[in-house]
Amino acid sequence: MLILTCPNCGVTAEETEFHAGGEAHLTRFGPGASDDDFENYLFMRDNPKGVHFERWRHVYGCGKWFHAARDTVTLEIFGTYTAQTSTPPQNIIDKISDRRPDWQPPQKQ
Amino acid sequence: MSEPISALNGSVYKEGIAAITATGPIGMISIRGDMTAGYLKKTLKKIAGVDMPDARGINLKVDKGIAWMSPDELLLICSYAEVATHLDTLHNAIGSNHAMAVNVSDARAVFRLKGKHIREVLAKLAPVDTSPDVFAPGTIRRTRLAQVPAAFWMVDTETAQLVCFRSVAQYVFDLLKTAAQPGSEVNHHRR
Amino acid sequence: MSTRIATGGRLLNKSNAVSFSFNGKHLRGFEGDTLASALLANDQMLVGRSFKYHRPRGIVAAGPEEPNALMNLGREGQFEPNQRATTTELFDGLEAASQNHWPSLEFDVGAINKYLSRFLPAGFYYKMFIHPRPFWKHVYEPIIRHSAGLGKAPKDRDADTYEHFHAFCDVLVIGGGVAGLEAARTAALSGAKVILLEQNAHWGGRAPVDGGTVEGKPINDHVDTLVAELAAMDNVQMRRRTMGAGVYDHSYVLGYERLKDHAPKAQGPRHRLWRIRAGHIITATGAIERPLSFAGNDIPGVMLAAAVRDYLVNYGVSVGDRTVVVTNNDDAYRTAIALVEAGLTVPTILDARVLPEDSALMARAKELGIRVMMGHAIASVKGGKRVTSVEVCSQAGEGAVLETIPCEAVAMSGGWSPVVHLWSHCGGKLVWDTALATFRPDVNNAPIGADGHGFVTAAGAAAGFFGLDDILHDAHAAADGVVTTLGFKLPANATSPNADRQEESPLAPVWMMPQGANAKLREKTWLDYQNDVKVSDVRLAAQEGFVSVEHTKRYTTLGMATDQGKLSNINGLATLAGALNADIPTVGTTTFRPPYHPISMGAIGGEARGEVFQPLRRTPMHSWHDANEAEWEPVGQWRRPYAYKRSGESTHDAVMREVTNTRKNMGLLDASTLGKIIVKGPDAGKFLDMLYTNMMSSLKPGKCRYGLMCSENGFLIDDGVVARIDDDTFLCHTTTGGADRIHQHMEEWLQTEWWDWQVYVANVTEQYAQIAVVGPNARKCLEKLGGMDVSKDALGFMEWVDGELGGFKCRIYRISFSGELSYEIAVVAGVGQAFWDALMVAGHDLGVMPYGTECLHILRAEKGFIMIGDETDGTVIPQDLGLGWAISKKKEDYLGKRAQERSHMADPERWKLVGLETTDGSTLPDGAYAVGEGKNENNQRNVIGRVTSTYHSPTLNKGIAMGLVLHGPDRMGEVIDFPGTDGKTYSAKIVDPVFYDKEGEKQNV
Repeated sequence: MLILTCPNCGVTAEETEFHAGGEAHLTRFGPGASDDDFENYLFMRDNPKGVHFERWRHVYGCGKWFHAARDTVTLEIFGTYTAQTSTPPQNIIDKISDRRPDWQPPQKQ
Repeated sequence: MSEPISALNGSVYKEGIAAITATGPIGMISIRGDMTAGYLKKTLKKIAGVDMPDARGINLKVDKGIAWMSPDELLLICSYAEVATHLDTLHNAIGSNHAMAVNVSDARAVFRLKGKHIREVLAKLAPVDTSPDVFAPGTIRRTRLAQVPAAFWMVDTETAQLVCFRSVAQYVFDLLKTAAQPGSEVNHHRR
Repeated sequence: MSTRIATGGRLLNKSNAVSFSFNGKHLRGFEGDTLASALLANDQMLVGRSFKYHRPRGIVAAGPEEPNALMNLGREGQFEPNQRATTTELFDGLEAASQNHWPSLEFDVGAINKYLSRFLPAGFYYKMFIHPRPFWKHVYEPIIRHSAGLGKAPKDRDADTYEHFHAFCDVLVIGGGVAGLEAARTAALSGAKVILLEQNAHWGGRAPVDGGTVEGKPINDHVDTLVAELAAMDNVQMRRRTMGAGVYDHSYVLGYERLKDHAPKAQGPRHRLWRIRAGHIITATGAIERPLSFAGNDIPGVMLAAAVRDYLVNYGVSVGDRTVVVTNNDDAYRTAIALVEAGLTVPTILDARVLPEDSALMARAKELGIRVMMGHAIASVKGGKRVTSVEVCSQAGEGAVLETIPCEAVAMSGGWSPVVHLWSHCGGKLVWDTALATFRPDVNNAPIGADGHGFVTAAGAAAGFFGLDDILHDAHAAADGVVTTLGFKLPANATSPNADRQEESPLAPVWMMPQGANAKLREKTWLDYQNDVKVSDVRLAAQEGFVSVEHTKRYTTLGMATDQGKLSNINGLATLAGALNADIPTVGTTTFRPPYHPISMGAIGGEARGEVFQPLRRTPMHSWHDANEAEWEPVGQWRRPYAYKRSGESTHDAVMREVTNTRKNMGLLDASTLGKIIVKGPDAGKFLDMLYTNMMSSLKPGKCRYGLMCSENGFLIDDGVVARIDDDTFLCHTTTGGADRIHQHMEEWLQTEWWDWQVYVANVTEQYAQIAVVGPNARKCLEKLGGMDVSKDALGFMEWVDGELGGFKCRIYRISFSGELSYEIAVVAGVGQAFWDALMVAGHDLGVMPYGTECLHILRAEKGFIMIGDETDGTVIPQDLGLGWAISKKKEDYLGKRAQERSHMADPERWKLVGLETTDGSTLPDGAYAVGEGKNENNQRNVIGRVTSTYHSPTLNKGIAMGLVLHGPDRMGEVIDFPGTDGKTYSAKIVDPVFYDKEGEKQNV
């Protein structure tokens, strides 16, 4: 069972206090979007073996959403950060690069 | 209008390793807004008579005070009878600013736990480190109590207060009674 | 005979005799005994029957690795099967019964299986039970099932209680032997918070049995000193009778505390499940001795050498006057020496090794006059329900008998395996140690924690260190390393104690005894006692192609069931490797999964049973409903009254009465469970326009509007009435099940997509008791209460107003889910019951009756109103339900809009909502499908629609229904068929879904 630190309230708690919300940093497509863009947004998700950016909600705590960078194999948590961003912050990128020298940051859209 | 009653209306359990009381109605106002804004800080300080708490903090003077609920949410605790007045004061202070104050007094149930083993009773139900060196008076912890959301804090070394939703008051009371059953001392927290 | 001797028994309190029973026989033991030691003290060598062949089985071990001595314990509410005699502490009045035999332990007809053993080979179940199919019913199930299995399932409700406890520490030490105690002491000296768990009732592990001195003091004194030192430290928490059951991700550990298994009459919970989150875990879990594989090694009286020593030293029990010791290492010599020193006889030590010189232990044995036979082995053990003699052979040969030695017991040792289970649970890797002939933790491949670093360290014997001095130094160094990585520092004067060193001769791996044992011997050589797996079975599995160790395990059942192969695994692996001509490390191990040792279901459930099995949500009027004969309907975690039954009424009668009365007079509905969410801020209107399919920003303060909410997938997720409170504030009603979900849905979009919008939301569902006052007399009732104007002009349909009724401050919404004149009135929850009472009094002369959810459903169905969860199922869009009027054409965007433009969503072939009226007035079966022309590719009749809601309408006195039908709205008047599961076919005419008061005159008066 994972432990995560909520960056909103600062509480470190076990997974049962949180709710996982899937891949982070999706771009919303609405009316006017092409079928492909909309399908991608609605259904297609990355499922990497390794570094993953994901959404979590501190559902039994402060109720706030946040993002986590996590290794899906070793379960290492590289860091958690605000949900109010569309890209991972530099300090998180640096931490991952430090721990996984071969890893390439995602391309900014 | 009839006198309002709390969900369990003062039920008490004394037979176990902690005494548990379901309190009568307590005033609670949920405030959302920019906590650094002067109009909120000043008004709240005036109403509650305490300073704005830091993150995860609760500042209480007897039965009145402010609890930090999240970066943009506070809980004002006061006597039930004062809620309407305080709400008016808050609404006046907020004016056209973007903030919200909502009466949630009746939506909650409050329990008071007393005794040497209350930290253990809480730790049986919540995934929280309730050790005295980690969880001291002045801190409020929002978490789950078994299967429902709850928040609790230490009033003093042998008193804790717990807030949950009104609809699950009976469930929470039954949980606390189970966790405090006679002979269930853990004697874990030594300091 | 096994018996209690006059001396020894360091764990016994001989001044306190206790009585217990075994298979109804009354026996006596002492306080401090385990059930196993007490049985042996009473010469109860035979304790059970094996799983497959029903062979007589005796106690083999003295700890949790015991495979045979499984008992049914207790009775009625405290009955529990499969309890190990070796881990059961004796108490006065204990009742035990052996398992897996019929009709009795002494005479078991199943034992005939042993004569059939050549017909019960590895994979027997897979091979045998496939054909012929009728045999399943008549032979396999009734007969084979009856004779298989271990303990009996309890029949009574568990009388005990259980609990969880969440604990946190810097260092968790699992195992309270000398290594664990030393590791805990070292860690604690650094100031770290330490929890130390020990599965047994005693500290020190097996060191006090094995002897030795630490800093010149006897080991017992050293243990006592350490325990006292730890007990005095504020940062140390020590728990006996608490097993480390499992290690999980991010340094999470389950500890299993048995609070009163040894004292069942005590108050409090029986077991406590510790949910521990540690900074780092030290597994000081010791090692388990391996049996040797020789013919007849399962006959009662053949035991692990260390267990023989344990029973002698700890409990003063002699397993037999004459014990033959058979070994491949030095440690078993300790048993021989202890037995002789206690005045018992060891006719010989059969040592499979051939060594150039004697070690100290070997020399001591010879000094005591014990005959040591190097290079010798057991060809076969003789005896039935107990050992009578051993036949000696050369280890190097094929089993030619050189000599027969009479004896009552055999003490065997095949070497020691570190207990690596906890290390391995979460991914810790193992290396093969050639010198010890065992797997031990690979320190370079520990399980990885949240920070990306290893979070488990093995110490002492669990890490592969076996001499006392080595164990202490390793434990000290391990704890030092752990606290350093955690940021603590050991004081300079904290050093490891030194113990006397005793050099031992190296072990020689022995996987088969004698090494060239012929087929006949192999068929009597057991690897797994509990599952009756023999050397010959593993070889057969290899021969049949089961080369993966995981496959072999399942094919032969080696290492399965309650002991999970604690004794048998390494020997089984080695046998498999031998049969495959492969290295043992190449073959590898099976996966170690938690729990280490079975734990009770009660402990896993914790407090969650009975009243607190799950949360029940209650409205402020719950008790009133209960007192007024409400039949409950679960709606999520809420309980809502389904109908209020009067005496003599069936539930159906009650529902019909409630509908008729509400349409004719008036009814009260507890609507408190409906969600109420406040949405406030300058962008509140814009936000609700995105959330609802229709326009909310244009709603005027004081007015209400019905709205639909869709997911981004386009599917309908909720509906309800929105009231605009002021320019900045809306109150959104949701369905009962939707309150929390929709509140979270709002927060999610506000926090993760539109975080720059100025909107706050608050879920105030439980702040209010909400009561629907419904029916032609509703207004009269409110007027009787008085206090405010509720006339049509003052409060029109789809308006709301704040005011006071009968002295209650309230908010009244004039909205209707029934088609009747209807007011939904919210008061604060604290006065909900009082207000309900006031309405019942005021409505007394007006024909008031409370009504439940089924009446509510019929009222809305008569009006053709949809219900989320009935007409919708997660695949339905508003367009399917003829709700196009509630979808704004003006808005550029709302959640679900783009999805509703996808080709399948806009497909004219989508089933659409219609009303359905049976041709004979009967009621359509719920969920029934309508059949159309032709058949599909699976040769099933094509379906063209389904029933979503169906009721008998007392108002119209006929069956009414709604359904989704292919081209439904274009087929008005057409009759379609619904085959029921009762064999009948129901014919129904497609009609408008609004059955009652089509013009809506009644609600708008």
